[in-house]
Amino acid sequence: MAYLAAKGADKQAAVAGLGNVAFILVLCVAAAAIFGATRWIGNSYAFFAAYVVVQYIVLGTAWNILGGYTGYVNFGITAFFAIGAYSSVVLYKLTPWLPLPVMIAVGGAAAALVGLGTGYLTLRLRGVFFSIATLALAVVVQTLITNWDFVGGARGAYVLRPKLAPLIGGEYIQYLYLVMLGLCVVVLATARAIERSALGYGFAAIRDDEAAAEAAGVPTLRLKLIATTLSGAFMGMAGAPLPYYVAYLDPASGFSLNYAVNAIAMPLIGGTANWVGPIVGAVVVGGLQQYVSVTISSAVNVLITGLLLVLFVILAPQGIVGVAQKWLRRRR
Amino acid sequence: MDVSLGLLTNAVISGLLLGGFYAAVSIGVAISFGMLDIVNIAHPAFILLGSYVAFIGNSVFGIDPILAAVIALPAFYLLGMAAYQVYYVAFERRDDQSLRGLSFFFGILFIVEVGLILIFGVDYTSVQAWYGGGNLSLGFIELPWRLLVPFLLGMAMVAGLQVFLSRTFIGRAIQAVAQDQQALRLMAANPTRIKRIAFGLSFATAALAGAAMIIIQPVEPSIGREYIGRIFAICVLGGLGSFPGMVIAAVTLGIVESLTSTFFGPSWAPAVAFGVLLLTLAVRPSGILGR
Amino acid sequence: MSALLQVSRLGKRFGGFVALEAIDLEVEEGERLGLIGPNGSGKSTLVNCICGTLHNETGSVQFAGDGLDGLTAHQRTRLGLARSFQLPRPFGSLTLAENLRIPILYSVNARVGRHLAGAAIEARCLELLDQVGLADKAQRLPRDLTQIEMRKLELARAMAAEPKLLIADEAMAGLSHAEVDEIIALLIRLNGQGVTVIMIEHIMRAVMEFSQRLAVLVAGRKIADGDPKVVVRDPEVVRAYLGE
Repeated sequence: MAYLAAKGADKQAAVAGLGNVAFILVLCVAAAAIFGATRWIGNSYAFFAAYVVVQYIVLGTAWNILGGYTGYVNFGITAFFAIGAYSSVVLYKLTPWLPLPVMIAVGGAAAALVGLGTGYLTLRLRGVFFSIATLALAVVVQTLITNWDFVGGARGAYVLRPKLAPLIGGEYIQYLYLVMLGLCVVVLATARAIERSALGYGFAAIRDDEAAAEAAGVPTLRLKLIATTLSGAFMGMAGAPLPYYVAYLDPASGFSLNYAVNAIAMPLIGGTANWVGPIVGAVVVGGLQQYVSVTISSAVNVLITGLLLVLFVILAPQGIVGVAQKWLRRRR
Repeated sequence: MDVSLGLLTNAVISGLLLGGFYAAVSIGVAISFGMLDIVNIAHPAFILLGSYVAFIGNSVFGIDPILAAVIALPAFYLLGMAAYQVYYVAFERRDDQSLRGLSFFFGILFIVEVGLILIFGVDYTSVQAWYGGGNLSLGFIELPWRLLVPFLLGMAMVAGLQVFLSRTFIGRAIQAVAQDQQALRLMAANPTRIKRIAFGLSFATAALAGAAMIIIQPVEPSIGREYIGRIFAICVLGGLGSFPGMVIAAVTLGIVESLTSTFFGPSWAPAVAFGVLLLTLAVRPSGILGR
Repeated sequence: MSALLQVSRLGKRFGGFVALEAIDLEVEEGERLGLIGPNGSGKSTLVNCICGTLHNETGSVQFAGDGLDGLTAHQRTRLGLARSFQLPRPFGSLTLAENLRIPILYSVNARVGRHLAGAAIEARCLELLDQVGLADKAQRLPRDLTQIEMRKLELARAMAAEPKLLIADEAMAGLSHAEVDEIIALLIRLNGQGVTVIMIEHIMRAVMEFSQRLAVLVAGRKIADGDPKVVVRDPEVVRAYLGE
């Protein structure tokens, strides 16, 4: 038993020892394998379901850069996510021929700007004011978009999904899935690179004790703005393909509180200390949600996510990954 | 010319009355955040809970919604004390990062909202009361009852709590714990017990605020989130720890929202609170009358 | 104008309470200054104002000829001003070695010239920990430390920023006789390497052994400043702080 635990720790150390480029390659191989496996399963539903899980890995990791790494809670995930989604709607109406990756970049940039702006106004104050401002931001962005007729207002917008996937053939959903996997690789590689860099140490210092960090020479405001902008950008990018995924986007569903709760619950349940946690959280919670949705009801599954969030925050704040690490350490 | 002035006057008066209602809605957070430094973002969800309790009292038992809320007060008070106990054991005592506490309340907000959806559905619900419609005419001024009653309720709540805090022993202990926990301990009073009572009071106000809310407008579970921005904008603008400041801020926000609503359309109202909040945080974070 | 640190008529209020009133203080380069006073007299508030953690309403602070007004705390640390906190504030999720990494990455490396990377940083962290006697706990977390060890870590972290002026705020509270000697020796050694040191302490033995000059703060005002042997016999100082 101890031998197996030691092996596990060795493997962990092996992955931990990888340089950034090597890690990206490993992720690409893993992504290609996952894509291939999904394609092999064959039916469309697999792609639609898998897209959601990968989307949540992106959202959760993005949230975690500001939340878990830096200690600032962003409740306005729906705002950034929807900014990405609706910038795609705007581009779809103006320049429908733009390739999806470009739309993603634009969505990310728009969300990044909003993140930067909100942060600039509120990050000089206590963390709780930032969090409250993000909550209010979500409502305001929803109000603005609901009143904006160009993107359909409250009635929503229809987006025609192309029939065929460019590059790889097959249904368009496969292309969306591939793009989302690519985005996932980028976000995970970024998160891990941050963790092991001076920036990551700066974030951790801010999270642990901001005044002491400032006294040690850490430019706390600047780093917090970086984290907020980066986090917002990735959330916007995660939202950009959404109109194509759902084909009909209206504010009620685009701003669904579910996105916010999942994006927070998954990293908190999975573990906020590093890049592995959000993946574990997305897979475990996402899988659980699918199961409950099918066996009981989809409203109840959302309630269960909320309950799990509260329970984990109280009882196991280090998340699944943290609990597993503690268990492994004890058995060594 | 004349029409416009009448419209303006009406908007201001509606705003004033709305402000009284906003004071009712915010006073719970003025206690939990302003005095106890606990960021209870789930407060609006409990106000909604109060609204639905008032609804049940009204539709099932036929009693006045405010009376229903009063009957429910002890239950809310106990719920608040229980919530504080959980919060204290899980977070305050461990002196944990505020990340966990905020996420905890966010989770609670979500659970209550979804719970209400599961039980009552997403359609709008309202109550039947004699003051549901019609106006009180004071000379040339028309005061809609459905705004006036919540206004009066809000003012009564603020006045009552102000008296309680300054005249009773427990009330003064709560003020003390807000300012200096150490000194309180030296006076052999238990700060945790005092905070628990204060938090219970905060929840109790939610019951009455809920009744006020369902009188003013039909409710559905997700409108709670609209109020988070309003409540914290009011508390920050008014200055944490100051009831008079909070009331002034509530009335100010009510008037600004009402004017915006009248001249630019009602769907812009939630944005007003956010604008006020951001402006206050950027310019004068200690608020109008803050310490 | 050879004074390294020049505090001129510095004042700080908290609402109606005057914490500091028109404080004048000069510290020469290479000097060892002791700062004493009763609890609540404003010593830590003064440190906070000098280092930028708090904002003083009146007066000014000059460091190495530059005015510090408007500079944030991290900017002042980068200029060469470092402090240890009276109540230790370690980075709880980082190991001791990693705790020292932060000032190296963000203060030392931010300056022109000296730049540490890779293995050199690790070596430097261990070296600093060794100077305070914590080298064997380099990979442990702060929560595994005793109160006394946390104070030493606090001091090491201030030293890691390679300051020109180090303010040690009650770094020796609760230490044993031998440990106090250790810290005095450490600070004198630092001073010998060219670091100006301000020691804030209640342990009079340490203050007298260490200080070349002694300043006394009572109720927000400086009531004495000069030769330690003379200051401790000043009747006002005796009355207000030392007692009989």
